[in-house]
Amino acid sequence: MASRWMKGMTLAVSGLSLLMIAALLWRSLPILYDHSPLELLFTTAWKPSEGRFGFWSYIIGTGWVTGVAVLLSVPLCLLTSIYLSEYAHRRVRRLIAPLIDLLAGIPSVVYGLWGILVIVPMVEHRLAPLFGKTSSGYSVLAAGMVLAVMIVPLLIHISLEVFQTIPREMREASLALGATRWETVKFVVLKKSLPGLMAAVVLGISRAFGETMVVLMVAGNVAIRPGSVFDPAYPLPALIANNYGEMLSVPKYDAALMFASLALLLVIVLFNVVTRVVMMRVAARDAR
Amino acid sequence: MKKRRWEERIALGFMLITAAIILVSLFWILGTILVRGVSALNWSMIFQTPKGGYYLGKEGGILNAILGSLFLAGGATLIALVVALPVAFYLNVFLRNGSRLAGFARFSLDVMSGIPSIVFGAVGFILMTLLGLRTSLLAGMLTVALLILPIMIRAMDEVFRLVPREILEASFALGANRYETSMRVMIRQCFPGIVTAVLLALGRGIGDAASVLFTAGFTDHLPDSLFRPAATLPLAILFQVESPLPQVQKRAYAAALILTLIILIISLVSRWISSRFSRHIIR
Repeated sequence: MASRWMKGMTLAVSGLSLLMIAALLWRSLPILYDHSPLELLFTTAWKPSEGRFGFWSYIIGTGWVTGVAVLLSVPLCLLTSIYLSEYAHRRVRRLIAPLIDLLAGIPSVVYGLWGILVIVPMVEHRLAPLFGKTSSGYSVLAAGMVLAVMIVPLLIHISLEVFQTIPREMREASLALGATRWETVKFVVLKKSLPGLMAAVVLGISRAFGETMVVLMVAGNVAIRPGSVFDPAYPLPALIANNYGEMLSVPKYDAALMFASLALLLVIVLFNVVTRVVMMRVAARDAR
Repeated sequence: MKKRRWEERIALGFMLITAAIILVSLFWILGTILVRGVSALNWSMIFQTPKGGYYLGKEGGILNAILGSLFLAGGATLIALVVALPVAFYLNVFLRNGSRLAGFARFSLDVMSGIPSIVFGAVGFILMTLLGLRTSLLAGMLTVALLILPIMIRAMDEVFRLVPREILEASFALGANRYETSMRVMIRQCFPGIVTAVLLALGRGIGDAASVLFTAGFTDHLPDSLFRPAATLPLAILFQVESPLPQVQKRAYAAALILTLIILIISLVSRWISSRFSRHIIR
């Protein structure tokens, strides 16, 4: 008897993501009757009071911010993970692991505050003048830098997991053939873990893609196509968060924002499904 | 030969630099919040609610947000626990190793834990209107419960999986059914792990802002009813830092310090519990 209940709960919980997709789709139907999804996604006119909802400049904003974050974070995390996995003493690893966990526990709004207090002035006074640009500091670069730090724990965690799946004997074989440690990393470890590392990067992208508070606080929220990383941007999650108050007073506005959430959700679910499948394949391959 | 050795050294040098950058960022964040927060923190911040003109820099504190966050995350954690525990038991005690359902459940929970909190906010908003609720403590709790559910289940699941199969077999051999084995053996064997999972979820719930933005609302009053809006710390930070007045902005720093301290305390307690209460575990 109890087991039937528990089975039901397990099935229900497993179906929650699909249920979320269905709920958002249902609520975005009113806007989908008037406009095709492609039109909504790939046009730029944004005039909710006239019933024109084009998300393209917000999607571009999300793309810029995510791109900068991933470009900054991936090399940092890759090298640090190699260090922790292949070079560091066990004691060093045991010291650093809880610190990375700590970084994962800091709430996003605190990251955003740090961005406002530290990164924004740094971009305004130091980095922008360095490249001969003027910037208010609230920019793609600032948001990207904060997000880059934010996805560090995720990237390092997965990379370390991937490196662990590589058998010790392989490294020892390489070292025994006279390769240096770095050569072993380059030709054995990295080569073997490439699919897993790609999965880590895609998960990092999807984390940065959906993060709301940081971009809301730091990206500047101006809906233009950024010309450089020192320009502001208006990512999609910030648009949704900023307009929840008004969305019920303008017709179809709520449906448009629900559609935006749906688009975000679908992209992220797709990314996650692909990476989890890749990671499972990797684990299965190494188990053989 | 020399070139190879130099390459080795340069690579190691870069690795040390990147590891240092990451550690420096961590301490920079904590240091910034500590330094800015401590100078703005005082007792009235913690023990008073916002008085008239608080957002113009007059007297008051953020007790409404502190209590609101604790109630909201606490309630959400309880709701999530009621669902998470049976599901985690089902996956590990009731299903066979390598079961398809278990694989599918784990896969979809992993996918779900990647969904951003703003999307949970939107879904929570839909759920709220379906249930006929307004922005309220209850709506916020349900939304945050949804957000932390996959995290909690997978954290428990990882602990349950480590239980040696022999312990379950021994329990079955003594005539216990799967339900009794879950409640008497697994709970005791995994107690520290369950507590850690619950506290992990609690920490996530307290720190999340984007999901409660739509659903819990904000108020200057203490949370007194499930059906009225409740203030939360992350939103208190967000709203105060957007103020043009420096004395109000300062309070955002103090609120951030309080939030960070609460989360640090939760994670320390969880570490302490998992080391203190691990003596009942059969290895």
